[in-house]
Amino acid sequence: MADALRPYRVIIGSRVRSQTAYRRSFAIDLAVSVGGTTIGFAEIYVIFTNITTLGGLDFAGAAMLFALSHVSFTIADLVVGHVGNLPTYIRTGTLDAFLLRPLSVFGQLATADVTLRRLGRTATGLVILAVAVPLSGIVWDPAKVMLIVITVVAGAAIFAGLMVCGAAVQFWLVEGGEFASAVTYGGSYAAQYPASVFHPMVRVFFSFVLPAAFVSYLPVLVLLDLPGPAGLPQWLGWCTPVMAVLVWVVAMGAWRAGLRHYTGTGS
Amino acid sequence: MIDASASGTSAEAASRSRLRAHTAVFGALVVMGFRRWSTYRLAALAGAFANTVFGLIRANVTVAVVGVAGGVVAGYDAREVATYVWVGQALLGSIYIFQWTDLAMRIRSGDIAIDLGRPVDPQIAYLAADLGRAAFDLIPRGALPLLVGALVTGLVLPASPLPYLLGVVSLVLAVVISFACRWLVNLAGFWLLDLRGPMATYLVAVSVLNGLIVPVSWFPAWLQTLAAWTPFPSMLQTPIDVFTARAEGTQALSVIVVQSAWAAALLLLGQVVYRRGARRLVVQGG
Repeated sequence: MADALRPYRVIIGSRVRSQTAYRRSFAIDLAVSVGGTTIGFAEIYVIFTNITTLGGLDFAGAAMLFALSHVSFTIADLVVGHVGNLPTYIRTGTLDAFLLRPLSVFGQLATADVTLRRLGRTATGLVILAVAVPLSGIVWDPAKVMLIVITVVAGAAIFAGLMVCGAAVQFWLVEGGEFASAVTYGGSYAAQYPASVFHPMVRVFFSFVLPAAFVSYLPVLVLLDLPGPAGLPQWLGWCTPVMAVLVWVVAMGAWRAGLRHYTGTGS
Repeated sequence: MIDASASGTSAEAASRSRLRAHTAVFGALVVMGFRRWSTYRLAALAGAFANTVFGLIRANVTVAVVGVAGGVVAGYDAREVATYVWVGQALLGSIYIFQWTDLAMRIRSGDIAIDLGRPVDPQIAYLAADLGRAAFDLIPRGALPLLVGALVTGLVLPASPLPYLLGVVSLVLAVVISFACRWLVNLAGFWLLDLRGPMATYLVAVSVLNGLIVPVSWFPAWLQTLAAWTPFPSMLQTPIDVFTARAEGTQALSVIVVQSAWAAALLLLGQVVYRRGARRLVVQGG
């Protein structure tokens, strides 16, 4: 097992060294990635200057929801986000080189670029989380501590699975990159808001088709002991890992089918 | 023998034909920009789909905010704010507030030397191409969000033609302002090898302050003041206001005047900075 993973360790190590070699450039990258979080959080802040609760959550609760989904998304983006560049590899023919090497295509693609600067966003999300959680008035017990950890990991797995689904579709639609963005970034955007504000049809879509509500909204209901909106009972908050597994089953199926569908240009 | 009046007329005629030639070149570049982007139909459809998904989420959130606040927030009721969101999503693709580094890449690679050798001013040529792109993007990216918006939340749109005519003027100016800003950020490429810092700073500022998320009038006072000092509300909030007749009559004209002033000032600044940059540029010949 350790032997099988060694090539990836070496690849990732080289990416990390290459990015941290130019310190000032890396510092700029980190600062830039903090900017991305700022845009998202500014939105929540501006909305809460007009109202005090949204979809049953106060500002602290909404900030916690934002931070949890943001942390999950950025972890997923760090680990498999690079698969979104698949169209570039298809267009330039680099994918053929991946197919010739004795490593999995998916593994090679995911490790082709590990953008460490994305850790800047994860860190900013964690800071917001650290401020919002104590203010949100959670009544802690061991199960809730466990739930928050499971949520971050399983939420990241859901986003990662969605990214793979989005990338897999690119085997068929090389130009349709924005379809994938709609799924991944759209899913992440929907996950930042309480699903209770959505129209019931939209809520069903963002819960059971594109499972954004499972990433952090449903677990937040459990953490805060709030009842769920119609169609989303609170206990679903414990089911984030189940949803993550389902998403990955679809994602791996789509990826395999896509890779089988792919034909190189032969140049 | 040529008398003074005749030579005056011929000079006038010459300048008129020069103007006509410039207009023809500009027009041709606009058409080429349109045709270039219309080649990628699937990409356009994908973009329209993404704009619609985001519109759906934004419309739901803003309508919920209005509901919680008791029916009206800063003059917007539920249907009006949904309309605001959908019209914004429809114009977003044309106005283009995303990353654009074409010029900076040409400066870095040295290809800019070719642009400098052309008999057309590069800023004007790129602006023409960008207007063509914007015109094409309006078709798929404008239609789909409006259609879905009309079906899902309903839209409150003016019944008279005037707001739409003024809206087109306002939209063109918004595209010019957006282009002029992107041009300026790209010009940093003459001095910096890496554009990520300025580009990201610009994207944060523009995304927060242009009124994409919620109308600028929903901002807290300090953020409204900050936004008013930037061209960003002129990029998105203004055309939405004009199209939806929130700014009507003389008010519509006055916001269009503000837009024109920003457009002219930013384009002029872009010319000045471009010339200074081009003067210090060294391209290794081959």
